[in-house]
Amino acid sequence: MKYIDEFNDPVLARRLFDEIARITTRPWAIMEVCGGQTHSIIRNGIDQLLPEEVELIHGPGCPVCVTPLGVIDKALAIAARPDVIFCSFGDMLRVPGSERDLFQIKSEGGDVRVVYSPLDAVRIAEENPDRQVVFFAIGFETTAPPNAMSVKLARDRGLTNFSVLVSHVLVPPAIEAIVGSPTNRVDGFLAAGHVCSVMGSWQYGPLVERHRIPIVVTGFEPLDVLEGIRRVVAQLEEGRAELENAYERVVRPEGNVPAQAMIGEVFETCDRQWRGIGEIPMSGWRLAPAFRDFDAEYRFDVGSINTEESGLCRAGEVLQGLIKPNECEAFGRECTPRNPLGATMVSAEGACAAYYQYRRLEGPTEVGVSVG
Amino acid sequence: MATVDFSGIRKEICLAYLPDVEVGDYTIVHVGFAISKLDEESALETLAMFKELGILEEELGVESTEVGGTAS
Amino acid sequence: MAEETPALDFEGWSCPLPLRSYPRVVTGHGGGGKLSAELVEHLFMPAFGVESGSELTDSAVLTVGDGRLAFSTDSYVVRPLFFPGGCIGDLAVNGTVNDVAMSGAVPIALSSGFILEEGLELDVLGNVAEAMGRAAREAGVRLVTGDTKVVGQGAADGLYVNTAGIGVVPEGVDIHPLRARPGDQIIVSGPIGLHGVAVMSVREGLEFGTEILSDSAPLNGLVAAMLTAFPDLHVLRDPTRGGLGASLCEISATAGVGIEYEETAVPVPAEVAAACGFLGLDPMHVANEGRLVAFVPPEGVDAVMNAMHGHPRGAGAVRVGQVVEDHPGVVVARTRLGGTRIVDLPLGEQLPRIC
Repeated sequence: MKYIDEFNDPVLARRLFDEIARITTRPWAIMEVCGGQTHSIIRNGIDQLLPEEVELIHGPGCPVCVTPLGVIDKALAIAARPDVIFCSFGDMLRVPGSERDLFQIKSEGGDVRVVYSPLDAVRIAEENPDRQVVFFAIGFETTAPPNAMSVKLARDRGLTNFSVLVSHVLVPPAIEAIVGSPTNRVDGFLAAGHVCSVMGSWQYGPLVERHRIPIVVTGFEPLDVLEGIRRVVAQLEEGRAELENAYERVVRPEGNVPAQAMIGEVFETCDRQWRGIGEIPMSGWRLAPAFRDFDAEYRFDVGSINTEESGLCRAGEVLQGLIKPNECEAFGRECTPRNPLGATMVSAEGACAAYYQYRRLEGPTEVGVSVG
Repeated sequence: MATVDFSGIRKEICLAYLPDVEVGDYTIVHVGFAISKLDEESALETLAMFKELGILEEELGVESTEVGGTAS
Repeated sequence: MAEETPALDFEGWSCPLPLRSYPRVVTGHGGGGKLSAELVEHLFMPAFGVESGSELTDSAVLTVGDGRLAFSTDSYVVRPLFFPGGCIGDLAVNGTVNDVAMSGAVPIALSSGFILEEGLELDVLGNVAEAMGRAAREAGVRLVTGDTKVVGQGAADGLYVNTAGIGVVPEGVDIHPLRARPGDQIIVSGPIGLHGVAVMSVREGLEFGTEILSDSAPLNGLVAAMLTAFPDLHVLRDPTRGGLGASLCEISATAGVGIEYEETAVPVPAEVAAACGFLGLDPMHVANEGRLVAFVPPEGVDAVMNAMHGHPRGAGAVRVGQVVEDHPGVVVARTRLGGTRIVDLPLGEQLPRIC
């Protein structure tokens, strides 16, 4: 596809790898906070081909994995109701709550449907006026304008059977929390390209200033990821700390203004729990009071839910790069991709899940290959 | 709503957030919404910049180094 | 369920890792991935008295008198019934013909069992039956016996069909996943991902416009041509649910060998790549219904490739990788950039009811 294939060119990738190797003289730890970038790195084997001094730490960039346990449990409780059609993006289905996941709810008779777009959920509401349709509105800032539009549309069309269960998370507060931690090891960040295409790059300026840390807005294709890394390394080697945009073909400093306007109208900022990390203040969005009618948390009384985070899970430390996955006692035992305890094992690209796969190269383990 | 072509795959996509987009433009699409227009000139500039990489070093006779950590 | 069924004894199972604690069947159990494998290995095989560690193959080979028969069955529950390039009827015939052919057998006959939902239009059933007849003629097999049941409205979602097939395994042919050996070359008969994308394009909620047609086709003719050129093929598999990735993982695990392949060598049509891109799927895990993957010892590769290229169903055959001594049981892909990534079984369903 045009403007994607060219940014996958192995010859140009080799040039970028060589350039990074040429300029690197010291160890650096770089974090990306974007599931898409993590996916691209692992999928293309990029971390293996970088010089040893450049360490990539995979940040909490997968909204599915960081969705707090309490929210998952609420989703499951709502989805289990016989009057509800529960609509969700596909990747949420296998995320475990305290005891179950959406797959299981479905097997017990819950009407759980995978949708590609929040607009599909609105359509389902229109087609099923006698059922309550709830859309699981999770994601980083990129997904917020689509989710907001679905709420506006439902209101404009006078739908009384549509609501959203919101758990949006924001990138800048996550970076702030990671950098602000006394045990932080990250030297520079790749900022998520599509989040910035919506929100603009301007939000990261203050972070750069406050913490004197390079942040480069980066895309997803291998060449984009490599260029982002190259620029961070160049800044670190030269002692600079600046905000750069390596994804100029998509990201403008001001971002997408109509999208931001919609976000401002439909959502308001709130504190948010991040699974495996804990609470990060002002790091999430929920529906604004004017749209409370469409908030599934208010529409459905799901009672008190006893949320049990695993005491064994050390995802937070993995996310900050403080421990390697195999340094966690639960790794490969209580916690596997089949039975994940925390955020970093839930996603196929979470640091723990990725590490788990690579462990298999080392030879036979106590975990059977076909069921591991 | 409009039809967007993904390398032969066609899908109805909402354009509400890109009021100025025109037929023939490239866009970034996320969950059924176009959220950003691709600046083709910028894309070509970036690619050109990548192509330049390494050429200066070649001219100067600098060897490109082996990157570490290659998998078997 | 009407009566109380005795609770299963999770402790008594042979595998040290219990089934993920789903007390009920979930959609993922039908996906051809890890959950499916677990259901077979930890529920069915012990109940049937099949030893754990026994190999899971497309078809069973039975010694009958002086000869050997291959015997296979498959059920077809695809939604929707009709999709670009075919219908459930094509899958029902070609799928089972292919399973039998993957033992190297010459398929002879199929049975067909129908479970029909009360209220299904006879026209629809007629079209499916016609498609099956056509497919059987094309494959050179006979539909010889069958059964029809009707269930109440709301069950069977229109129509389910099961086909079972038998075939004769020629002498000297020994095709089985356990035969995979380091050095074997891995050949794919053509482009992957077509069937899955074709079905997804008309699946409610996903609909998208595409020219892609399902690749459903009988492969017994191709297999016969390959065996004529080189009888000592080691492994054949038709990568249906779970895609080429699942097939390679299963063979690798069963045989206890490592597999390495070049991503750039795997033929993925641009539209399949694009559809997978925007749906967030991996083409290696997308179902095929008219492709096979073959493991061929090095001395047979030229002959086999020639034979495949000379056959209409093998025109697009390419070598994608090989079996290696390293990392037994693990499938590794060399990426376009020269890095590596591990390919694993998908957990459950990429998309339910794809075949």
